Amino acid sequence: MRSSEWVLVLAVFGASAVEMVEALTIVVAAGSTRGWRSALQGAATAVAVLAALVLVVGVPLIRYVPIDALRVIVGALLLSLGLNWLRKAWLRASGHKAAHDEDRIYAETVAELAADGPVRPQRDAVGFAVAFKGVFLEGTEVVLIVISLGASQGRLGLASLAAAAAAVVVFGVGALVARQLSSVPENTIKLTVGVMLTSFGIFWVGEGAGIHWPGSDAFLLALVAVFAVLSAAVIPWLRRSSPAVAGVAP
Amino acid sequence: MTAALARGLRAFGRFWWDFLVGDTPELFVVTLVVVGIAFALSGLHLLPVIVIPGLVALAVVVSAARGRVARR
Repeated sequence: MRSSEWVLVLAVFGASAVEMVEALTIVVAAGSTRGWRSALQGAATAVAVLAALVLVVGVPLIRYVPIDALRVIVGALLLSLGLNWLRKAWLRASGHKAAHDEDRIYAETVAELAADGPVRPQRDAVGFAVAFKGVFLEGTEVVLIVISLGASQGRLGLASLAAAAAAVVVFGVGALVARQLSSVPENTIKLTVGVMLTSFGIFWVGEGAGIHWPGSDAFLLALVAVFAVLSAAVIPWLRRSSPAVAGVAP
Repeated sequence: MTAALARGLRAFGRFWWDFLVGDTPELFVVTLVVVGIAFALSGLHLLPVIVIPGLVALAVVVSAARGRVARR
């Protein structure tokens, strides 16, 4: 595999893992309160719809849109998404934004579902709908990343496999430990993916516009290094003015 | 039928607005500027290689700095 394909696999796997940890929290909450059968059916249906979306949107994109135009469009999408992830991860790492708390989300979802009437033993519509919605909403961003990265490099299958592998790993570990994964270093993964998406975004916008990056694909690694170093410098700088450091509650 | 279509279109538009612009419109503007600069400088060799990553880095640092919770 080329270096850009390795970065693609890592970016999609990381993004998918982060979103699937969030989805797992909702599925476990739905399963433990409304019954596992309906929750798992809801989650499986959402995964099937998301996979269909990748096929329906991704394949025509690769076949019918000129590759340079496609690269500029998906590059801009990835850049926009990557910058948002990067900014959010910096603010969370420096104490300016509350970290994503899976335990709190789990407790809130369980409380809401428990108050939502009696559970139907065969098929519980509430459990199904909540699990479906959780997986579908968290998975939409993954689908966009899979389509963008996969289509721009003509490796939709590879990107889909990386996302599927992350989903299998997260749900597999979740099933083994039978709970939501609150100890996953979510912000670190989000930061890493933010660095990669930003780098991919710059790279593909440039390629699509006709810029010849020095070293071709290897320039992508240079971009990843630049934004990783920038993150390492900016987070401590932001932390110096963090309310937690200053003694004020965030 | 028409009302359902309008609702669907509104929800679709809202999704993309939240996804692309959200609460950081400055990053969306920077993305558009980067696309423009990439086309404008595509004939040059070294300049876009420095200017584009530099502009993106500066933009995200400024945006994060603006997003800080003010020290009291």
